[in-house]
Amino acid sequence: MKIRLIDIAHGRSGDKGDSANIGIIAYDDKGYEILKKYLTAEVVKKYFEGICLGEVERYEMPNIRALNFILHNALGGGGTVSLKHDAQGKTLASALLRMELEIEE
Amino acid sequence: MKDKIRIASGQGFWGDLLEAPYHQVTKGPIDYLVMDYLAEVTMSILQKQKKKDPQLGYARDIPELMKRILPICVEKDIKVITNGGGVNPISCANEIKKVAENLGIKNLKIGVVLGDDILDRIDDLLTSGVDLKNMETGESITTIKDRLLSANVYFGSEPIIDALQKGAQIVITGRTTDTGLTLAPMVYEFGWSYDNYDLMAAGTVAGHILECGAQSTGGNFLGDWESIENMAEIGFPIAEAYPDGTVIITKHENTGGLVSVDTVTEQLVYEIGDPKNYITPECVADFTSIKLEQVGKNRVKVYDVKGNEPTKFYKVSASYFDGYSAVGTLTYSWPKALTKAKAADKILRRRLELLGLTFDEIRTEFLGYNACFGPLAKEIDEDLINEVVFRIAVRGKDYNAVERFGREIAPLVLTGPPSVTGFAGGRPRASEVIAYWPSLIPKELVNPEVLIVEV
Repeated sequence: MKIRLIDIAHGRSGDKGDSANIGIIAYDDKGYEILKKYLTAEVVKKYFEGICLGEVERYEMPNIRALNFILHNALGGGGTVSLKHDAQGKTLASALLRMELEIEE
Repeated sequence: MKDKIRIASGQGFWGDLLEAPYHQVTKGPIDYLVMDYLAEVTMSILQKQKKKDPQLGYARDIPELMKRILPICVEKDIKVITNGGGVNPISCANEIKKVAENLGIKNLKIGVVLGDDILDRIDDLLTSGVDLKNMETGESITTIKDRLLSANVYFGSEPIIDALQKGAQIVITGRTTDTGLTLAPMVYEFGWSYDNYDLMAAGTVAGHILECGAQSTGGNFLGDWESIENMAEIGFPIAEAYPDGTVIITKHENTGGLVSVDTVTEQLVYEIGDPKNYITPECVADFTSIKLEQVGKNRVKVYDVKGNEPTKFYKVSASYFDGYSAVGTLTYSWPKALTKAKAADKILRRRLELLGLTFDEIRTEFLGYNACFGPLAKEIDEDLINEVVFRIAVRGKDYNAVERFGREIAPLVLTGPPSVTGFAGGRPRASEVIAYWPSLIPKELVNPEVLIVEV
């Protein structure tokens, strides 16, 4: 079955230098299990191909049903160096929530 | 000892809602008002202002704000803590002193935290073996040493507590951690021991929730944002802190916005790295230990926070000059708005090439199509697009090249694709690029100082 992340989660993204962080938060325990199983660092790295030029790290926060992703080398130099309109990666959480996942029912 | 204190966030960044601190001190009871003014590159901007005028270099909104809130703070015994002193906290304090004198306020103590500015000490530090290498890239600071504009140590809550103990009602600091502004009053009021890392972490987490203002009370909320009521009068967060480290995040009753587990959670994940290792001068907080519970309308309890021993280092935030950049925009309308914008991009790039201008980077984005999502943007039916903004930016070391780029945008209106507008703002200016250099310094090499300015 196909699901869209935005239907099971919300989140927020921001910057630390040239890295972006994206926190994705599931609305319930079932959603968190889906995130944990399917939204791997590899999946996120592939999804952001062309945007994230470095590694993707994933951290689990089961206490708040969240995954935190660090996208290295993703903001065009970061801060005031970046020429990007979204130099701070503020909209990257929305970009990730647009993702569709094929999951087992 | 008080059985609880209410710490209110008044600014999430320099440029935040000007009315917020006024509402925090007038719309309900609070004990402390904390305001964060400093982003990573703010210090360099302030350093430049100080170079031009030695009296400047702090957030100039502060004296203006103090005119409005100081009488209220004195009357209600509210203490104010802010890092808006920037690179010149003394000048900021002196301005506040003038404001207080003009208002006829007496017996006011303003605490000033100094010692975070290490720009003049870089050579000595390098000689003594402190390499200040870039935390992200590992590069040596010697590569950019000649272009350094600012270098400041992130102090924590310690000097703020010192100032409070000396009787300060207003505390003005330079580069202090955002979280330290909130942790300090808890340590001061409850007599927390620095060895109790769980309490240090509890105050740090509260500080993290407060540091971006209304981002924890319904602002920039990616959940059900349309259900947030009265965003026009959004209330900024208040941390109601208890001696055992429990904190209730709330806001004044007669304000808009929402404090829910979801709105607080979004702020918890904002700009964090490894959640088990959130490093501050006081502790290493474990964000995977935090528990949240809705305990009332617009009241979220934050508890059970665990922390570990801090590292032996302070973070240093330095900035350096790194060339010039400029951004130009033009708006193209239907029909074929995107095709026109793409054609304009091609024409402009060819002209820059023919002029022999080279840059470190040229970046094109089409607002209304792919500026946010880049290569993830979905293909669109062009006939349904009313308009597209062509945005092109360049960055390089050669000022003249960047400046000349700025002169090549407007001509596209008469020498490129049709149905183009939006060039009322004049030529894009070449502005200085200030880059950021994060590093570490052993704690024993820097000592915060606290001065008291008396009114």
